Order: sequence, then C-alpha cells, then structure tokens
Amino acid sequence: MPGLEVAPSGLEVLQPGPLTLIQDPGRFGVAGLGLSQGGPMDLHAFCWANRLLGNPMSAAMLEITLGQASFLAHQDMTLSLCGADMQARIVSNGEARPQANWRSFPLKASEELQLGAAVSGLRAYLAVKGGFQTQAILGSRATVVRNKLGGINGEKLTEENTLEVSNDSQTNLDVSSNKVPDRYQPNYSDPVRLELLHGPQYMDYPPEQLTTLFDSRYRISPSSDRMGIRFEGQAVQAGPAGMISEGISAGAMQLPPDGQPIILMSDRQTLGGYPKPFILSRYSQWCLAQCMPGTEVSFVPGDLTHASKQWQEFVRFFELFE
Amino acid sequence: MSQSPNAPEVIQIGEAQLLVRFAEAIDTALPARIAALSTSLKQRFGNALLELVPSYTTLLIEYHPLKLSPLELSTSIPTLWIQAQAVESVGTLHRLPVLYGSRYGPDLAALAQAKGLSPEEVIKLHTGRRYTICAIGFAPGFAFLGEVDNAIRHPRHSAPRLSIPKGSVGIAEAQTAVYPDASPGGWQIIGNCPLTLFNPDNEPMTPFIAGDSVEFYQVTEEQFIELGGEPCPVWK
Repeated sequence: MPGLEVAPSGLEVLQPGPLTLIQDPGRFGVAGLGLSQGGPMDLHAFCWANRLLGNPMSAAMLEITLGQASFLAHQDMTLSLCGADMQARIVSNGEARPQANWRSFPLKASEELQLGAAVSGLRAYLAVKGGFQTQAILGSRATVVRNKLGGINGEKLTEENTLEVSNDSQTNLDVSSNKVPDRYQPNYSDPVRLELLHGPQYMDYPPEQLTTLFDSRYRISPSSDRMGIRFEGQAVQAGPAGMISEGISAGAMQLPPDGQPIILMSDRQTLGGYPKPFILSRYSQWCLAQCMPGTEVSFVPGDLTHASKQWQEFVRFFELFE
Repeated sequence: MSQSPNAPEVIQIGEAQLLVRFAEAIDTALPARIAALSTSLKQRFGNALLELVPSYTTLLIEYHPLKLSPLELSTSIPTLWIQAQAVESVGTLHRLPVLYGSRYGPDLAALAQAKGLSPEEVIKLHTGRRYTICAIGFAPGFAFLGEVDNAIRHPRHSAPRLSIPKGSVGIAEAQTAVYPDASPGGWQIIGNCPLTLFNPDNEPMTPFIAGDSVEFYQVTEEQFIELGGEPCPVWK
C-alpha cells in the first residue's frame, strides 16, 4: 500500500552553476565574535529584486555568480530577477521563452527557469515573493562559506537542494509583472570609474604617493572573490608598516606591501593590519561587484558629502535596515 | 595608573561609519574599556548602530544613516569614553587546558631551542601569565591574547602552513592564541587545547569577549582526550 505522499513544493536547484548563494542584507552585530558580515555583493540589484515583489529588504534570495544555473518550480510562485544579464528563459512543456531581466514574473509548477552564462555583469539576484525560507542563524540567512554559516549548512547551493518558498506569499497585490524603471537599470558594459573616499590611513601617506592610483588603469585579478577583489596595475609605494589590526569597512582599499590594491567586500575578515588609504563609495562597490575578472577600471576621487546623501536616499527608498 | 582621559580620535570612514582610535600603542587595559564603551553606545543608540568592530586600540562603528548623524555619534563618544576609563577588567576569566609539545605542538622544541630554554621552561612561562583578549577576529572565535613573556616571543613561520589542526595553541611575537578550527596559519604551534571554542550551534557561539582574561594550564594526554581532544591532529 502506498504511503501518504506529500506533494513536492518549493524551488528545486537543478544546476547551481559555479557559485549560487542564499543572501540577505548580511549578518550584523556579530563582528565582535570574528564573524564576517556576508550579504549581497551588489546591494543595488539585490534591493530591486526584493522591491519588485513587495518584499521587506530582509528577505533572502539567491546571488548567482557567472550563471549556468537552472531551477524547477514544484509549486506556483512569483519570482524576480535583477543584476547581471544571464539571458534567462522559462521552459514550459518543452517550450522555451525568454524572460527579460529586471522584472518580476510568475513561474508555475513544473516550469523551469534556466540561466545561461552572464553576458553583461557578473552576479544575478533571483528573489521569490516572501523570500526563501532557509534557517536564519544569528538573525540572518546570509551564506558566509568561510565561516560555514547561513544558507544551507553554510555552503553554496548544490543540485540536491530544494528551497522552501514562503506560504504566506499570496497577497492581494499582484506583483507578478513589475519592472525596474529603465533609468535605474545600470549598463554593466559602461567604462568603470570607481570613486575613492578617504580611508583610515589616508593621512599616513604623502599625497603624491597615492596619485599613482588615479594616473593609471587597474585590471581586476582572477583571484578575486567575495572576500576581496584584487587589482593588478601600477604598484603604489609601500605605506605605513607595523599597523595595529583594526576593524575593516566594506569597500575598504587595502594596500599590502606589494602595492597592489585589494578592495574588501562582503565576506571580508573582520580585522586587518594592512593600511587602508581609501574606501570605495557604496555605489562604486556595487558597480565593482558586477565586473568580470580582467575588466579594466579607473579610480577617481569621490565626494563624501554627495556619497553620504546618495546612501541616505538609497536606504530611505528601499526601507533598508528597518 | 595615571592615565588622562584623552579624547579619542574619530575618523569618518565612507558614508556611514566612524573609526574611533583610543591610543597609538597596544595597552592590555584598553580592550575592557572599549568593550564597556561599546555597551554604553548600544544602550544609548540601540538599533541606530548596525555594527561595532572592536580591536586592540580602535572601535569601528557602522551606523544607520537615517537614524543617526555622524556628529551626534561622535560628540557622544568623549563623555562615554571617560566613563569607560573607570573600567578595570571586569571580564570573565577563562582557564584553558593545553597539551603541550609532541605532535600536538610541533614547534615547541624548536622554539625552546631558539630561545635557549627547555620545553618545560617555555610551558612554565606560557602557563604562568594571565592574558587579555585584545581582539577577536581573523576567524570566528579566534582571540588574540596579549602579551606573552619576552623570553618566549617568536616570529611567525616565513611561509604559513596550509592547515593546522583545530585547537592549536600558537605564539606570534607578543601574541598567543588558540585556533578554534582548522585553518591555514603561520604561528608557532606549541600545543593543543581540547575545548571547543567556536560552535555555531552553541549559545553563545564562542565563550570569549574582548576584554576577558585567559590562563592556560598543562594537561596530560589522558586528560586531553577525556576533555574531548582529538588524538590524531591532521597537519598539512
């Protein structure tokens, strides 16, 4: 006699691609334990993906790096896709139709969402109405693989994972055909100019020593990851040595003795002892998060007042950290 | 102690963070005071503070850009810091068992030799002090302890090991620490602590708070295994 079968539900990971992670805005208030913050590399695309669905910004979604991922719906759901263009398509009864980026859309039970390789940008954000319901740890679902924390068992997603979708995701509001206004959709193929604001050790360098950064272009190294994005280019002359380790901000530019800058990102270590003459503006951090290794960038001086105002507007608009 | 409550240096970092610097040199009295300041800042500003990252001589504060202005935050710091100055270490004392030497502490013999000491003398000096947790970082639950006796200070290996076992007790210059989990690392490993010092399923995940104190005591291999130590540490 057949047992009682529970109908499958949720979103099944058919192919995770090289790196697909559950992310929410990050794990805050735990740096004192030595834990990294985590969170999305591109907060801009992340926030839009939640906003299209009317989700709170704390809702967890998938950060898909490089693409080549596919997912199968075991129930009807509403999704949104923002960030890198991975030429998404939905396969339904063996027929494929393209799904435009920066939009919300329905995915019906037994339909498959397929993502190709990123053609513009590097990281896509796939959100579901109500957020993916993985276990929160220390107030966050964000995956930090190097801390073995968050997501599913602290790891990147694998093809064995099926993600639970919130049941109370059915609201009266129809959010299944929203679109990010064109003017807010970045063109990731534009030349990348990264704004530098003063970091904690800015005053410890003679000013002319740091102009090297503005006078030449830098290439993003392939040995970059969610912890830090490394650059190759004209080396900056060594700065102060023997620093006492201190807390590291997201976007801080660290200059090790070899003079090649590293921008510390979401999974950065909490403390570090290399000098940090600059920090990237938030906006520039998100641009950088969408750059393929090998991309050439230039650094430009940023304006703290303008950047602070932009950040306030961003937090207000998306109701972040509520 | 005749320490004048100098106003700490406050630097704006990026859009919504402040780095507060309390001193230019390491002082083991500072971490407990920085911890006290963190507590009073949290009481005062609550969820307007998003993150606090204490270290040896600094506190990095990330704040909510709509709930708090950098001016309001920075002007509150001098007074709260004066109050925190009154704090002498009020932290917990953690007593950690260590099995020294052999395959658990492969650098003990060489370090002793380099210092003109016997391994027993190194152990005596390492266990003969109360250390301060100056900072927690590098890895979850990794507590930087200061400061080891001058006679056993030793630099890191020139090339770090790819993986050193969980519980390894190391020395790097004036610092000592326990690796809460297997990790790459360049410290001189003199022993192993059998206790679990970081577990995400525990509450709290790590027993340590910056400003707490730590003492080490020597155990035998039988005691080590009884306390949950791993009898065959894996080195890479």
